Amino acid sequence: MVPLSYYLVLSGFLFACGVAGFLIKRNIITIFMSIELMLNGVNLSFVAFAAHWHALAGQIFVFFVMVVAAAEAAVGLAIIIAVYRTRETLNIDQVNLLKL
Amino acid sequence: MTQNPYLWLIPVLPLAGATINGVLGHRSSKRAVTTVALTFSGLAFALALYIAATFSSADAPYGFTVAHWIRSGSFSVDFAFYLDQLSLVMLLVVTGVGFLIHIYSVGYMWDDPSYYRFFAYLNLFMFFMLTLVLASNYLVMFIGWEGVGLASYLLIGFWFTKDSAASAGKKAFIVNRIGDFGFLIALFLIIQNYHSLDFTKVFAQVQPIAPEIAGAGLLTTIGILLMVGACGKSAQIPLYVWLPDAMEGPTPVSALIHAATMVTAGVYMVSRSHLIFERAPTALMVVAVIGTLTALFAATIGIAQTDIKKVLAYSTISQLGYMFMACGVGAFSAGVFHLMTHAFFKGLLFLGAGSVIHAVGGEQDMRKMGGLRSYIPLTFLTMLIATPAIAGIWPFAGFWSKDEILWQAYQASWVYWLIGVITAFITSFYMFRLLFMTFFGDYHGAKVDEHGHGTHMVGHDEHGHGEPHESPMVMLVPLMILALLSLVGGLVGWHNHFEHFLDPVFKTGAASETAGEAASSVTEYILMGISVGVALLGLFLAWFLYISKPYLPQKIADGLNGLYEAVLNKYYVDEFYRRVFIKPLIDASTNILWQGVDRKIIDDTVNNAADGARHVSDEVRHMQSGNLRSYAGWIAAGSAALIAFMIWMGVR
Amino acid sequence: MNVHLILFLAFGAVAVAGAVNLLAQTHPINSALSLIAVMAALAGEYLLLGAEFVAAVQVIVYAGAIMVLFVFTIMLLNAGVEERTQGSRVSVLLGIPGMLLGSILVAWVVLRHSGTEAVAAGALPGDPKTIGQMLFHEFLLPFEITSILILIAIMGAVVLASKPPSSPANAPTREVE
Repeated sequence: MVPLSYYLVLSGFLFACGVAGFLIKRNIITIFMSIELMLNGVNLSFVAFAAHWHALAGQIFVFFVMVVAAAEAAVGLAIIIAVYRTRETLNIDQVNLLKL
Repeated sequence: MTQNPYLWLIPVLPLAGATINGVLGHRSSKRAVTTVALTFSGLAFALALYIAATFSSADAPYGFTVAHWIRSGSFSVDFAFYLDQLSLVMLLVVTGVGFLIHIYSVGYMWDDPSYYRFFAYLNLFMFFMLTLVLASNYLVMFIGWEGVGLASYLLIGFWFTKDSAASAGKKAFIVNRIGDFGFLIALFLIIQNYHSLDFTKVFAQVQPIAPEIAGAGLLTTIGILLMVGACGKSAQIPLYVWLPDAMEGPTPVSALIHAATMVTAGVYMVSRSHLIFERAPTALMVVAVIGTLTALFAATIGIAQTDIKKVLAYSTISQLGYMFMACGVGAFSAGVFHLMTHAFFKGLLFLGAGSVIHAVGGEQDMRKMGGLRSYIPLTFLTMLIATPAIAGIWPFAGFWSKDEILWQAYQASWVYWLIGVITAFITSFYMFRLLFMTFFGDYHGAKVDEHGHGTHMVGHDEHGHGEPHESPMVMLVPLMILALLSLVGGLVGWHNHFEHFLDPVFKTGAASETAGEAASSVTEYILMGISVGVALLGLFLAWFLYISKPYLPQKIADGLNGLYEAVLNKYYVDEFYRRVFIKPLIDASTNILWQGVDRKIIDDTVNNAADGARHVSDEVRHMQSGNLRSYAGWIAAGSAALIAFMIWMGVR
Repeated sequence: MNVHLILFLAFGAVAVAGAVNLLAQTHPINSALSLIAVMAALAGEYLLLGAEFVAAVQVIVYAGAIMVLFVFTIMLLNAGVEERTQGSRVSVLLGIPGMLLGSILVAWVVLRHSGTEAVAAGALPGDPKTIGQMLFHEFLLPFEITSILILIAIMGAVVLASKPPSSPANAPTREVE
């Protein structure tokens, strides 16, 4: 029997790693992957709570999160390709034209 | 109170005329404008005559409420009209003299390009004046009060392209406003203490109060403040300074507004409030003192003036002083009597002066006139009737009213009587001086060889004559009617008929009057003789100085150099006001209010707020660096703060 | 100490290791492969909780399609080892402490309240039939909407990533004004 809190700690840790990756990494694609990591952590916590409270809706929600993540990944990668075509770089520090 | 459903028509008819002429006048022919103006003011006069004919003292007072106006808790004011004997007298004077002056103006203003505007303003003035006179409460009276001030401003500054006319209009309105301030405070006090502004209601509450012998109290304060308002409107000391400047307006305006009707509004208001004044002896004394001093003061200034209209202006101020003197000694009906006769002869004098000015092509300086009686005999004849009327010579109209005032003043205090008699002497002197300088002697004026009336009128008829000419009939007929009234108008005072007529309003007549009359009728005849004698003395002196020995006035003026200069310059009162009140006010307004408050505080606050916003945003804009990681960093920090806050709130 | 816990810890360790490795690696392809490992481990966790369908979808869609897309893109763009540019101090100075603070706070709250209630293995009825019934009854509207969402995403991706109509000679090296 695994206590609920274990699942939640694991999920939180994954989420934290995702955030850290977002903050530290400089490659756009890696940053995008950190976002996916964050989503995964959240999914885990959804399913854990669903199991804890015997609420099926949690799983359905995970399902939808995945769908949205897929759509987001598709569009995001297309944007990255477009950016690469114009800027010739994948370094996020050099994609900073929207400044005042 | 008997209902009279036609009362509201009287003010509204001229208003309709004013509206029609004001809106449609500029595209209408002069005939149409004339017809509209004369019809509506004539109808008002006809209606007034009808009401006078069907007036019954037993049914008086009449009243009519048109509509509700203010309903605020227990305080209510309505658009309501009121007619008693006093209102009836004022009504007939205003509509009658007003109608005559309308007719006169048709001739006088015929060649003015803004013909329609003049009549629109004139009708508007009639509307406001009639509202004032027929009001049933102080607030509707105040509407009329302010309205006549407005009409006066519009008409004084009628030729507004002329700087002096525009400034004169402003001066009149502003000085009036100072008086209105006092009037308003008095109204507020009345509202506060008597919870109404309705005449009947207020006077019913004031009636049982005992007179405030011991000096200042509520009624005294109200009375003095009402008098301040009257000083502004009726040109008494210290607020008279606008009336001489008001002569910039066309002469019919001077006749109607600044002689016959508007300036008498103060006298009417004081008479209407007589119940308040009779219970505040100090206030009544203030009224009498101001009236007496003004009468003397203005008369002395009138001696040295050379502009024919200015002489008449100061004469008006002086005669108004007489009316206030009468009210101040409690003889309200005498004051109203003099108001009526004054409307006749002063109106006649102004219209006659207008006829003279028309004749000599715009010249208003009497030194350039003279010997006009052969050129304009009809005008001369009417002026010849008006001058003894104002001087108070029997049996002309002015004698009856002025003598009544002097008699009542004598019964109050011989000081008032003495100053009144001296003023009568001076009045007779300068009025006959005017008559002699204008109509006798040799003509000193320029030939009227061009059209136009010099600097005073715009575009008159193109006579091209070389000499003064008589006015058209449309101007002469009103003169003749007013001359007739100046001749016989005083006879209503025979055996105190007029006073008895006004008794139900003033209620004082019966007891003390007959006592005084019976007790010392000998004294009365002696005083009558003295006043007539003094008037004849003035005539003689004027004849002596201006016909017999015409070189004398100049020598006297040279001899009394300083004094003469002071009198000629109206004792430098205007200059004094400018130095003491106007200049400091303008300086304070410029330096403190404009530079200090408006610029430094308000503008700078706004500017500094804008600058501050810009500085702050200058610093903050660096946050938008375009760098995604910075944004992410801020998001992470912010969400941590938010989580901490939520946990803290949850823990509490 | 039962099998459930051991399995949980095993999968958990793999997930943690994968996550840390994602941060540690410099070449994006290594990070991608670590992420795939994380996702596989999570699939295992889902199975432990009884959500079979979700685990299957995780492997098929997430690890199998999305991550493959990532790998494709990395290889298409020839991404190399990332440079160490000093872009933003705020992200490190403010973001990392913020993240740590947030995580610790949440962990503290969670651990205070949840304690030792246990989740049984296979607690959820996660079979496709149940999921399907719920999906097409209570959650029909979100289902349809997400299908539209995917459609739009496809169109967007196609438009964004398509080659611009101008010739390849002028496009890439010019600065965007």
